[in-house]
Amino acid sequence: MINSVKGKIISINGPIIKATGMDEAGMLDVVNVGKNELVGEIIKLDQGIATIQVYEDNSMMETGEEVVSFKRPLSVLLGPGLLEGIYDGLQRPLKDIANMTGCFIQPGVKTYPLDLKKKWHFIPILNKNDKVSQGIKIGYVEETELIRHFIMIPPEVKAAKIKSIVKEGDYTINDTIVVLDNDQEIKMCHYHPVRRSRPYLKKLTLKEPLITGLRIIDMFYPLAKGGTAAIPGGFGTGKTMTQHSLAKWSDADVIVYIGCGERGNEMTDVLNEFPKLIDPKTNQPLMKRTIMIANTSNMPVAAREVSIYTGITLAEYYRDMGYAVAVMADSTSRWAEALRELSGRLEEMPAEEGFPAYLPSRLAEFYERAGLINTFNNEEGSISIIGAVSPPGGDFSEPVTQHTKRFIRCFWALDKNLANARHYPAISWLDSYSEYLNEVMDEWYKIDSDYENIRTEALTILKTEEKLNQIVKLIGPESLPDNQRLILLTAEMLKKGYLQQNSFDEIDMYAVPEKQIYLLKIIIEFYNLSNKAIKKGTPLVKIKELKIIDEINRLKSTISNKEIVKFEEFLNNLRSSFENLLNIYT
Amino acid sequence: MSRIESVGLVKIEGPLIIMEKTRPVHFDEVIKIFDDRRNEQTGKVLAVDEKHVIAQVFGYTSGLSIKNTNVEFLDTPMKIAVSRDLLGRVFNGLGEPYDGLPQIFSDDYRNINGSSINPYSREYPKDFIQTGISAIDGLTTLIRGQKLPIFSGNGLPHNILAAQIVRQAKLRYSDDKFTIVFAAMGVKHDVAQYFIENFEKSGVLSNVVMYLSLADSPSVERLITPRAALTAAEYLAFDLDMHVLVILTDMTNYCEALREVATSRGEIPSRKGYPGYLYSDLASIYERAGKIKGKNGSITQIPVLSMPNDDITNPIPDLTGYITEGQIVLDRELNQKNIYPPIAGLPSLSRLMKDGIGEGMTREDHREISSQLFSCYSKVKELRALVAIIGEEELTETDKKYLEFGLEFERKFLTQSPNEDRSIEITLDIGWQLLNILPEEELYKINRKFIDKYLKKST
Ligand SMILES: Nc1ncnc2c1ncn2[C@@H]1O[C@H](COP(=O)(O)OP(=O)(O)OP(=O)(O)O)[C@@H](O)[C@H]1O
Ligand SMILES: [Mg+2]
Repeated sequence: MINSVKGKIISINGPIIKATGMDEAGMLDVVNVGKNELVGEIIKLDQGIATIQVYEDNSMMETGEEVVSFKRPLSVLLGPGLLEGIYDGLQRPLKDIANMTGCFIQPGVKTYPLDLKKKWHFIPILNKNDKVSQGIKIGYVEETELIRHFIMIPPEVKAAKIKSIVKEGDYTINDTIVVLDNDQEIKMCHYHPVRRSRPYLKKLTLKEPLITGLRIIDMFYPLAKGGTAAIPGGFGTGKTMTQHSLAKWSDADVIVYIGCGERGNEMTDVLNEFPKLIDPKTNQPLMKRTIMIANTSNMPVAAREVSIYTGITLAEYYRDMGYAVAVMADSTSRWAEALRELSGRLEEMPAEEGFPAYLPSRLAEFYERAGLINTFNNEEGSISIIGAVSPPGGDFSEPVTQHTKRFIRCFWALDKNLANARHYPAISWLDSYSEYLNEVMDEWYKIDSDYENIRTEALTILKTEEKLNQIVKLIGPESLPDNQRLILLTAEMLKKGYLQQNSFDEIDMYAVPEKQIYLLKIIIEFYNLSNKAIKKGTPLVKIKELKIIDEINRLKSTISNKEIVKFEEFLNNLRSSFENLLNIYT
Repeated sequence: MSRIESVGLVKIEGPLIIMEKTRPVHFDEVIKIFDDRRNEQTGKVLAVDEKHVIAQVFGYTSGLSIKNTNVEFLDTPMKIAVSRDLLGRVFNGLGEPYDGLPQIFSDDYRNINGSSINPYSREYPKDFIQTGISAIDGLTTLIRGQKLPIFSGNGLPHNILAAQIVRQAKLRYSDDKFTIVFAAMGVKHDVAQYFIENFEKSGVLSNVVMYLSLADSPSVERLITPRAALTAAEYLAFDLDMHVLVILTDMTNYCEALREVATSRGEIPSRKGYPGYLYSDLASIYERAGKIKGKNGSITQIPVLSMPNDDITNPIPDLTGYITEGQIVLDRELNQKNIYPPIAGLPSLSRLMKDGIGEGMTREDHREISSQLFSCYSKVKELRALVAIIGEEELTETDKKYLEFGLEFERKFLTQSPNEDRSIEITLDIGWQLLNILPEEELYKINRKFIDKYLKKST
């Protein structure tokens, strides 16, 4: 078997180069390109000429330089030590790069994705003579205070018996911990090709909500664990803020945050903030469950294309350990643009707006890697994907948004007007949708049996308001009868006191499910009581004079997640103030 | 090692020349092009294939002939010399002396394309810059190390505004002066002159580096100008620890030059003829702003761009907005009402203000008052649309108060003279005066304790 093939560069067109003498190289092989040994991947082979996509800045690369293929696909290294890391699109630790080349990234740096020297305390689960096959857990290490990292038999290893397994103790990722009876050695780490999804037993129907702490999402347009969601919106409408908020507060076990073609400072923000944020359930810093992939807008475009696959492969690895993983990709549009740019340089026939015809199938493949599955250990693991979409001009009819819609089931549409009015999160309650309602309903019932009722009532009020506003635009609000003006008033309260949720407000930035339910119950109760009062002849102005409206609008930031009992008190006060009012007017 | 290599061209097309490949060629290497009278121009290699080299000329291809053009390959990427002597100098769009003085004497040459700042090495910008302009300081606060563009249109006072920022910008708790790097792309002589006079007036001229590719210089040259300017800025900020304010004007002209080259290459355009990589290309400029851990200096960028047809969805402002950390949008309607600065409240945004305002930085009530002002002003906009149809009589009493608030907001908060330098306290106090027009229940975004402390006082 040949283990390397050497060729010569004959043409260079930005990150796309061609090399001759590559007859024996394989499609999708990783290659070292040029004297700086930049990382590349073969994307086309034609009569000994390989077309190669280069993942690092190749300015000053010269024709005639050498290309070497090692006959293996582009892969990531999987093993303990991934969490809390920040990598570029090719799984190079940005921290190590900074140590080697300073604050500016230089092409050609060689780093190793995981710490080779670090000793991990390995605890075996299996014994000599136990039968194993791909995906089976053989032991674990405590990777962080939050995540127990299970060492599994790598995919595609043939079923065998354990010939020997090491005792509990400290080992590096390169130490052999298991030998199988076919003499294959198993270590704590292994490589996996990024473009191939990891195998699992079977896909399952989704059944649990991913609780995000954002009211408009959890209550109105919920995402299920294992589901897919898109957040489209023009610049500055709140995609990144929403993604950050989900990365902080959603109840996934592991977060993979992919900054794909976006700002450097946003990654720095996460790096600064997450180690300081304490997970309310475990009292540990949120960073301990987070992996970051940062391929910012000024980093090489081709690596941006890979970063998405790198991220999702890491996510699959933790899913296979039985965890609920959430992947945030900000922004999938930049990834699609990378495809477009590379496709243009390959002189492929473009479809819509210059995007290649395979854009939809690539999107489908990516979102298809989400889901709730049975692992080979017969446990459940899931990947939820939340992709930001950045449509040019904020116009949702463009190809990336349109095609994405075909493959996701939860759509959180950001609205420029809401963002301009500083109504955050600027998720439109009219244009968004979720197809996961049935899947998550059972879990919500366990929290409160009123979930569906209050949700429907609130949505009805918001939709009716939209219609009434059309009339108001023609004749003004003064001429509406009191019961309709009550709808306008309640819709206003829903917006101010419920849908708006400020990410910078210590108390309001995330809400536990009980708080979400109570807040909505209070507003709906206010509506129903007022309606009754109006029917009995109380003028709306008198209700407004109760001053309780302002109080309700502020409840979200006056009563914290830990003071749920106060909501019950408030509800009682609300009822009694209406009783008093009714006593006067009947 | 440079030598004349290529004699004769295969093809000339717009700013591009194509020649035969007679030796190994570097992608991105600098070339010198000589016409039959040995006039020299600069260019760079865009692509090489088996037989040909495609290069771009940062000058004029008119007058070049297929037969009598010689090309020299310089074996180096485009670089400029850097030293402290950059300060006070004026260069042309390619980074060559334009003030009659000699070349910068230094053996420190830097690649104008720079390298990406490692996200791990960045320091998150937090320091409030007081511009003395209420609409900016109060609502879209500028932070040291931010990239905050001005979206403008023809005939709007973006130059006056940019000059006012340059004159007034200061940190609150330090006397550090900004060093200015000024890059002009395709702007007229009088605009450049206006800025120079301003630098002179505020006594900073010796602290300014200028790169001028004016309206009459070849358009393709503009692809170099911002990069040369930012290379100088990086040197001043990260080698010499200076706080650098970079003005790039007008980015629209830059983008048009990029489109021109892309079209000549026959590339498949994405929107409005601009190449699909416009986003990445702009990012390679804008992302050169920021702060770096362990370094004292910083680069704050204020790119100015004119929106074709005042259309904010045009690819240039659109993609800029997707990269920068907010935007200051100028509004034609306000300008027609004679309001200076005509900063449109709602579409303007500063994404970095969140960590740079509040207690200890500006004032404790800043965050809440700004978000309250935004939301009230947006209500004003809605009501004005309504009034246009149904008239003011049909409005509720509260709504009428909102209209009054709107007028006062534009008259007292937005409006100020180009020479007026307001402290942040004055700006916020004006905000409170305006909110006082409205019933207290309307101020739902403001914590009660601030209402008690500031609102009462402002009556
Ligand atoms: N939930 C929120 N709470 C408070 N402020 C918010 C919220 N969402 C958005 N914002 C404000 O809007 C600004 C822009 O949000 P964000 O950076 O998320 O936009 P984006 O959609 O990611 O834009 P781009 O496409 O340009 O990256 C933020 O800097 C913040 O000021
Ligand atoms: Mg964003």
